[in-house]
Amino acid sequence: MIGSLRRWSLPVVLLALFFVGWEIAVGLTDTPAWMLPKPSDVWAAFREHHALLWHHTRVTLLEVLIGFVVALVAGVAIGIAIDTSRALERALYPLIIASQTIPMVVLAPLLLIWFGYGLAPKIIVAALIAFFPITVSTVDGLRTADREVMSMLRSFGAGRWDRFRLAKLPAALPSIFSGARIGIAVSVIAAVFGELVGASEGLGYLMQRDSSQFLTARVFASIFILSLMGVGLFGLISGLERLLLPWRRYVTDRPGE
Amino acid sequence: MTSPSLNQPRVQLDGVNATYIEGGVTLEALRDISFAVHDGEFVALVGPSGSGKSTLLDIISGLYAPSSGRVLLDGVPLPTEARLGSSAYMRQRDLLLPWRTALDNAAIALEVHGVPRREARRRARERFPEFGLEGFEDSWPAQLSGGMRQRVAFLRTVLAERPLLLLDEPLSALDALNRVLLQTWLLELWEKERQAVLFVTHDVDEAVYLADRVIVLTARPGTITHIEEISLPRPRTREMLTSETFHHHRVALLEALGLLETPEPILGAAP
Repeated sequence: MIGSLRRWSLPVVLLALFFVGWEIAVGLTDTPAWMLPKPSDVWAAFREHHALLWHHTRVTLLEVLIGFVVALVAGVAIGIAIDTSRALERALYPLIIASQTIPMVVLAPLLLIWFGYGLAPKIIVAALIAFFPITVSTVDGLRTADREVMSMLRSFGAGRWDRFRLAKLPAALPSIFSGARIGIAVSVIAAVFGELVGASEGLGYLMQRDSSQFLTARVFASIFILSLMGVGLFGLISGLERLLLPWRRYVTDRPGE
Repeated sequence: MTSPSLNQPRVQLDGVNATYIEGGVTLEALRDISFAVHDGEFVALVGPSGSGKSTLLDIISGLYAPSSGRVLLDGVPLPTEARLGSSAYMRQRDLLLPWRTALDNAAIALEVHGVPRREARRRARERFPEFGLEGFEDSWPAQLSGGMRQRVAFLRTVLAERPLLLLDEPLSALDALNRVLLQTWLLELWEKERQAVLFVTHDVDEAVYLADRVIVLTARPGTITHIEEISLPRPRTREMLTSETFHHHRVALLEALGLLETPEPILGAAP
């Protein structure tokens, strides 16, 4: 408890100092609110428009979550497939890497044409971007399985499935969680990007509309919500990891252990 | 009258040769290895590194295919793959799975053999006191000392409930004191069950103290050059380490290993 308090107090203090400095600087220079609002203006926008902000937050959050879950399932499944079969590795891995070189700027408008203005294209963009780190970390994680452990299990008569479930998958989980953490962070960015390209709902859409009308304080409010969403989801995955992999706390990577 | 199969050795090697490929070159690992281990027999294999001791255990366990020769289990010649699961193999590294508690690590061979998890854990828990592990059932491997980890690994091996134990330098990762303690403890345990044991070590004293018979292998390719029958009575005691007989066996083995000749000084500048 004390440890986590100490860990969190530093960034919070830093952030508070930053806001105070910002507030004073804007006040001193008389910058107009449509150009750079004070933190107090942003807070006022929060309070005044919380219903509207919440509505758009929910839309974006839904896109992020569905996109992430699709990416997680697909990424882990494809990772396992690549690890299981040399042929699949040769066939799939280059294609997956190539898929990441297609710029989203090009793909997103196409998805809009194909799937319309609804949730689908945003979910697809989020999933496409998040699945790559998850796939790669799954493949890497599965490869960390100790060869000697695998042959020990084989000498006990363990078949392929037993070796996978007893040794390979658990060994890969820490790495899969790392991939998932990256995946959730980038899927927030991806969903907002999808909304910017064309949407009628969501924080990305709201930010674009508000900035064209110089409602800058509300744009900042949306930005803060997105940051909080990213940090919160990242923390959720980390918490889940601590809960599901309790042994990780005791493993320090001491050489020779 | 006993049925003939009862007199069959647990494991018998018959003219086993093995090769391995390193950097595109085929090298000979083992040449013409023949010996047998019966029930209730503790056989040690000693030899320098590169004498193929571990390869030999890999072959018996079914992990590695010999290039020629036969391996018979209970008198029946079995192809390599078919030998998997018929022995309990323990290596120098404890190979505990960090995400399983001591108890679940010990029970893993039982789980592999299809024993339901609850029952596997119950059987493992029963034997924790005997292995000096009582109270550590729910500890993670990272919380245990080296000696305790090795005992968990040994419990896992014993719980596989195979009549043939293949032990590949199981004590050599431990410090000297722990090693002596575990040797004595290992013997006590073995006296009760008397499985057929094949024990690889590079320590001549350990081999004489533990084994009924010590097989000496030379390096590259590994060939059997000497077999020493140990005449010390059982149960063995630490005092025997200073006995005339112990010394006699020790000298014979050191000689067979070529360790009694003083080697040429490597730097030429030795005093």
